[in-house]
Parts: sequence; C-alpha cells; structure tokens
Amino acid sequence: MNTVKTTGSQAIVNEKKTNLGTNSLFSRAAYGIMYLFLIIVAIFQIFPIIWLFLFSLKNNQEVFNMSPFALPESPKWENYSKVWTEGNISLYFFNSVTYTVVAVILTVVLASMVTFAITRMNWKGSKIVLGLFMIGLMIPVHSTLIPLFSTFTKLNMIDNPLSVILAYTAFNLPITIMILLGFYEALPREVEEAAVMDGASINYIFFKITLPMTSPVIATAAIINMIYNWNEFVFVNTFISSEKFKTLTVGIQNFIGQYTTDWGAIGATLVISILPILLAFFLLSNRIVEGIASGSVKG
Amino acid sequence: MNKVMSNKKVIAMYIAPALFLVLALIYVPIVQTGYFGLMKWNGIGDMEFIGLKNYSHLINDPLFWKSALHSFLLAVFSALSLIGYLFISIILAGKIRGANLLRKIYLIPMLLASVAIAQLWLKIYHPTNGILNTVLISLGVDNPPAWLAESNLALYAIIVPIIWQYAGFYILIYYAALKNIPESLIEAARIDGATPLQIALKIKLPLIMNVIKVTIVLAVVGSLKYFDLIYVMTDGGPNGSSEVMASYMYHKAFKGFDFGYGSAIGFFLLVICLVVTFIISKLTKTKNDTY
Repeated sequence: MNTVKTTGSQAIVNEKKTNLGTNSLFSRAAYGIMYLFLIIVAIFQIFPIIWLFLFSLKNNQEVFNMSPFALPESPKWENYSKVWTEGNISLYFFNSVTYTVVAVILTVVLASMVTFAITRMNWKGSKIVLGLFMIGLMIPVHSTLIPLFSTFTKLNMIDNPLSVILAYTAFNLPITIMILLGFYEALPREVEEAAVMDGASINYIFFKITLPMTSPVIATAAIINMIYNWNEFVFVNTFISSEKFKTLTVGIQNFIGQYTTDWGAIGATLVISILPILLAFFLLSNRIVEGIASGSVKG
Repeated sequence: MNKVMSNKKVIAMYIAPALFLVLALIYVPIVQTGYFGLMKWNGIGDMEFIGLKNYSHLINDPLFWKSALHSFLLAVFSALSLIGYLFISIILAGKIRGANLLRKIYLIPMLLASVAIAQLWLKIYHPTNGILNTVLISLGVDNPPAWLAESNLALYAIIVPIIWQYAGFYILIYYAALKNIPESLIEAARIDGATPLQIALKIKLPLIMNVIKVTIVLAVVGSLKYFDLIYVMTDGGPNGSSEVMASYMYHKAFKGFDFGYGSAIGFFLLVICLVVTFIISKLTKTKNDTY
C-alpha cells in the first residue's frame, strides 16, 4: 500500500529502465489514491467544526427545516451578541482568561526554576527530584480529586479561584519541566559560566541571562499550558460552585442546559469557547506541534 | 563556578515552590485516597474506620466491574485505532506534498476542550436534526438509531469522537518519529530491492518501536482515566451503559456522597493505571533500538 514512496526520481533508483514507464504511471495512480485518502481524513477531522460554525449562524427555522449542510441564508450574528450579553458567557470567558494566564505564568516560572536547578546546579538528589516530577505525569487526576476537595474545604479554599489555579499549576509542572528539559540541556553554558567568573549572583544569571535565552521554549511551554488550562473541566466542576467563578468549560454546560432547543445560541457559545484556541493555533501552530511532540515522547 | 552553582540555599529556593505544589496537590492526595478508602465518610461529617469494607465492596460491585469493562473496551479500541493512525502517518511521512499542513489540520480537534467536543457531537448524533441521521435518512435508512440514547450503542457512539479527537495527536507523534529515520537507511534498503511494504514493515516499524510503545501506554492509560467527554455526552447513561471507572467514582463521591467508597475507586484507578503502564512497558520491551 505504500507505493507512494517510489514516485518520481526515487523510482529511477529503484527500477530497471525498461519498465520505468509503466511503473511511474502505476506509482502516480497510487500517489493519487494515497493523497485522496489523506484528504478524506482531513475532511473528517475538520468538517464537524465547520458544521458548528454553520449552525452557530442559523436560526431554529433553518436548523430544523432545512438541510444541515446548507449555508445560513443570512448569517445570524445576533446569536453571538445574544449569548455574549444575555447569559454569563462574557463572565465565564474572563474567568477562563484570568485562571489560564495566572496559572501559565506561575507554571512556566516555577518549572524554569526547577529545570535550571536540575540542569545547571550541582547537588545530590537532583535525579530523584526530577523523577518525582516525571512520575507525576502518570497520576490520574481522579485519584486526587476527593482528597483535594476535602483539603481545599478545610482550608476554606473551596469555591475560590486559588484552588483551581494551584491545581492547574501543580498538574502542569511535570509536562512543562519535560518540555523545558531538552532545551536547557542543549543550551550552551558559556554565557552563564562567563557571568559566574564576573561574579554575578545566581538570581542574576537565572533571571537576566538564562530565562531570556530560553524564551523560544518558554513560548512553546506557555502555549501548551494555555491549551490545557483553557480546556480543563474536572477541577472547576468540582471545586467551584458560584457562577461568578466558573470558567467557560463548566459555565457553558449550565448555559446550554437552558437553551436546549436554540441551536444557534448553543453553536455561538461553543464557537466563543473554542475561538481563542483556534486563533492561537493559526498564529502559533509550529510551536504547538513542537510542544506536543516534545512533551509526549521522551521514552 | 562550582561554588556558586552548589549553593544549597539557592538550590532549595529554586526547587521548593514547585516541589511543594507537586507533593501537596499530587502525592499527598494519592496517599490520602488510599487512606480515605478505609473510611465510611459522606465528605462532610466525621470519618468512621471500616477497614477494607469499601475495597471488598468494590470487588463484589457488579456496577463497578461493568464500568471497568467499559473502560477496558475504550482502552482496546484506542489501542486498535493506533494501527490506523500509524497507517496514515506512514503515508503522510512519504513524499507527500502539503504533509505539514495536513498533519496540522488533523491536530485541530485535539486542541479543543473535550466539553466543547462533547456538545458538538451531541448535535451530530442528534436523533432528528443531527448530520449523521440526516445523511442516513437521505440514504434511505427508515429508522436511524437514536445513538446516545440507546443503551447498546451509546458506548460505541462515544468511541467515534474519541478517535476523532486524538487522531492528530498520535499522527503527529508517529510522523515526527518516522521523519527521524535517516533517509540513508531507507535508500539502502531500496537499492537492495526492498518493496515499499517491506520497508514499512521491516525497517520503519522496528525503528520506531520505542515510540509505538509509548503511544500504547498513552492510549491505554488515557482511556482508563477518560472522563470529560462521557460526563457531558451521556453522564454514563442510558442505564449505566456508558459508565466508565472515572465517571463511576465521580458519581459515587460527588453525587452519592459516598466519599469513602469513591476514594476506594480512585485508589483502585491509580493502581490499575500504574500496573498497566508497568505491564505494557514490560510486554513491549524491545532489544536495542538505537539507530
């Protein structure tokens, strides 16, 4: 099935000159089939999201009486203004932004400090500490949920954004350290060594030299953290009960419950909730790809 | 250099905040979960020590084993879907123009919140106005099923968006691994007369075996703790037909206020995840994979 690799110039290396003609015709057809297959997969991946955009711009008459594939007769942008102003969607949105931003900054700074201490400083036990962080990757969130709920209740931190932000930070530290680690190990140490010779303090070296030098990987780690935090559901659903502290993922649940028959409003709500991620993706897709790859497979 | 970089106080200061958070919010809770599992506790009042009763109840709870079976089925389907992802990746990593764009398109669903994906697929599966049944009716199917409302279909209907959601993630991983194989190796095999199929099966697959091993662990463990999408789409229903371990634990603790039993399930979930990770890495242990 993988004849695709014997196209064009490759085929020449491979085949005797006599049957080159038929073979390249065959591999061109095979290439076409492969390509078609890949495009069908792409359509399967992207179509549900396009359909969501379509019905977010329709009214109920169009949704219920016309083909689901039809374009909206005239785009009903009022669906968006309605859900943004009538419900708490704008409030949920700003809560999501706040928790995401605070947790991302906290996670990236703390993870950078740990990675710096592990890769740059000499101490016994650095391997063990790194191991502790890495094993954290395998712990299922649900196994910590009841104790976290009970501890936060005791500390009067339940229904308090702090509980969510701290949980985001703790659970994202392992993957963030993992993403940073490769970059720190490859980063030349000469500049830092020179600074030590000049008598610079460690804090100066870390904040003024190393941290700026690692800005590319910090961007990657931050965008991955942003996606995780923005999409998080269980912690907010468990720790937060007041409307005023809910994030989009939890808030849209209740909201959609009220609008069960208004597909346009539901669609608009969902589009609002995924739009920041889609925007980040269009602007920073290379960083996202890099971050997911480096955060997932290290063996 | 050594003296500055060995300053114990500074090292402690750099490690302590993160380590404290991970210990307090991840490690202490998993120990507590095991401990709470020994208690009769409604989450608010006093705990009462009842020994291993919750755990023995767990062993004899048919509803728990039903949810465990569903989690296991999810894990099997997720692991099987890896074959499909691998197939797509091998094609994609050939000389395909636009491969980079395609793999980015594949990735989009994975970046979206499971909750949003769940809401979207609720609409796709909508019995009367969803795209799925509209297409089926136009193809001449008289009574298309109500998918998520049918207890014999709900779990399988949920597997489709899961496969949809994670496709891009695994394809990205496989694609990166395949692109890492030195071109000279493939070229040498080709000159020796290996067919593309032989190259894929005998050279490429063995070379990325370590990566495949990691993805199997990710897929299986990920499925065992799967929650968000199911919680929103069916909440384990109808009639518990799509209940999985994590949702069963959540229902017992936060809806049924049986925090002791919920903790026992949570602890069991942890043990299963760790054991499965260990078993899979033992089973798929390969010889020297360096190239």
